[in-house]
Amino acid sequence: MRSIRWLAVVPFLALIVGPFFVNRATPLILGLPFLLAWIVAWILLTSIIMAVIYAADPANREREP
Amino acid sequence: MNGALPFIAAAALLALALGFLARRGKDMNLEQWTVGGRGFGSVFVFLLLAGEIYTTFTFLGGSGFAYGKGAPAYYILAYGTLAYVLSYFLLPPIWRYAKDNRLYSQSDFFVHKYDSPTLGVIVALVDIVALIPYLVLQFKGLGIIVDIAGYGAISSTLAIWIGAIIVAAYVMVSGVHGSAWTSVAKDTMILVIVVFLGIYLPIHYYGGLGPMFTAIDQAKPGFTVLPPHGQSLWWFSSTVLLTALGFYMWPHSFGSIYTARSAKVIRQNTIVLPLYQLILLFVFFVGFAATLQVPGLTGSDIDLALFKLSVKTFDPWFVGVIGATGVLTALVPGSMILMTAATLIANNLYRAVNPSADDVQVSRLAKLLVPLVALVAVFFTLKGGETIVALLLMGYSFVTQLFPALVLSLAHRNFATREGAMAGIIAGVATVAAISLSGANFHKLAWLPPQVQDLNIGIVALAVNFIVLIVVSLAMRLSAEPARAAAE
Repeated sequence: MRSIRWLAVVPFLALIVGPFFVNRATPLILGLPFLLAWIVAWILLTSIIMAVIYAADPANREREP
Repeated sequence: MNGALPFIAAAALLALALGFLARRGKDMNLEQWTVGGRGFGSVFVFLLLAGEIYTTFTFLGGSGFAYGKGAPAYYILAYGTLAYVLSYFLLPPIWRYAKDNRLYSQSDFFVHKYDSPTLGVIVALVDIVALIPYLVLQFKGLGIIVDIAGYGAISSTLAIWIGAIIVAAYVMVSGVHGSAWTSVAKDTMILVIVVFLGIYLPIHYYGGLGPMFTAIDQAKPGFTVLPPHGQSLWWFSSTVLLTALGFYMWPHSFGSIYTARSAKVIRQNTIVLPLYQLILLFVFFVGFAATLQVPGLTGSDIDLALFKLSVKTFDPWFVGVIGATGVLTALVPGSMILMTAATLIANNLYRAVNPSADDVQVSRLAKLLVPLVALVAVFFTLKGGETIVALLLMGYSFVTQLFPALVLSLAHRNFATREGAMAGIIAGVATVAAISLSGANFHKLAWLPPQVQDLNIGIVALAVNFIVLIVVSLAMRLSAEPARAAAE
């Protein structure tokens, strides 16, 4: 399951490379300019990705002292 | 006396009370004072990390950035998110090492990893030079907020003095516990106030978010996307990457990792912190709402956008509530910075010249240094002109220079030698200073393609740092080989 950690690369691609493809004001998504909506969407998705990585990481199964 | 002042005064008193109460039941030795006895759970670690991130910069600067520049402000949302992703992998080994070796500061980490108190002194100096302007920024913000939100009843000079005394007092008494407790009040208030403002103002003035952005796009075409030149896509991407790397290199953020009870606590936080970033979105909404409502602010005055619009929109008592929130956003990060700077001076500068000093002496000295550091910061706030602004811009780039030596030291076999780490950090810091003070940027090199011209110049310093580190480390290893062979 350690390969799931590679999901962490995705937010970097989305937020560093992604803007080159979505630098536009329209269409507005939920009232937000498209570029801003893209960034906000990826913040939400990043949180989900981190939750998946956390759940799959055996290091988190050890009991706290 | 006006309707706003009681709320601002209440916030200051609340911070003072919480800050003092936080001490209860604890024996304030160095370990309790500076790293909370390494016993904080998810919530306190979250509040400390969030407490440092949501500063007066967020409140004034974030809205001002959106107001004055538009889309380039989005970078703040992006780099924090990526820094949290990195932190999942980067911070747990740091925490483990710090716990096993009973470290107190970021500088300690370098001292132990590279077995070199001298490197520790260099790191501590870089940290302090970056921290003081950051503290000055908080005090400056505090002065501005009290001045405007209090309708001029209290001068900003008086506000800065009162704020500095409050922070210094509770940091001396409670250390990091004081910061954690006051964070509770601050983060609750900022969450409620900023979300309310970010929803209410666009609806009140434009009828909603969609109509607001449509109106902005009509009045200022291209304001909500990155411009083709200057703060372009290339600027955005390079800045996001660079600032994401530097994020946890701030010594007070680095130090707050030490307070965690377990590595799990840190990993849990990487799930929640990106979501908490979204508060910034509402800060941006306020800034965007202000662009067409209180136009005409330029230069550093763009930071006043949030309060100008608030004063125009609300009754004095509610401006007071917003001002009270602003005061807390200055005091809480201020307390962390103050404590970190005092710890660095006592633990990594004083102890380096006096190796025989024990924890009790260092702890006493650190607490005594708190009011002194606060005084220095107040002095720069009231007297410092352009120099301090220049220092502040350099601060982030300064601490980013610690990144290569830190990351390499986490490897099983660290390629970097202590000489390499020192030379790299010094070369990187010198490059940052040379670039900033000479006002150099890629735009001056007209022969470069326009995309490269827009790149963040900080990349140069980091590259110089890395190359020097590698070359010096390699040279030291090669010259050490014959010596070792001769010894055998």
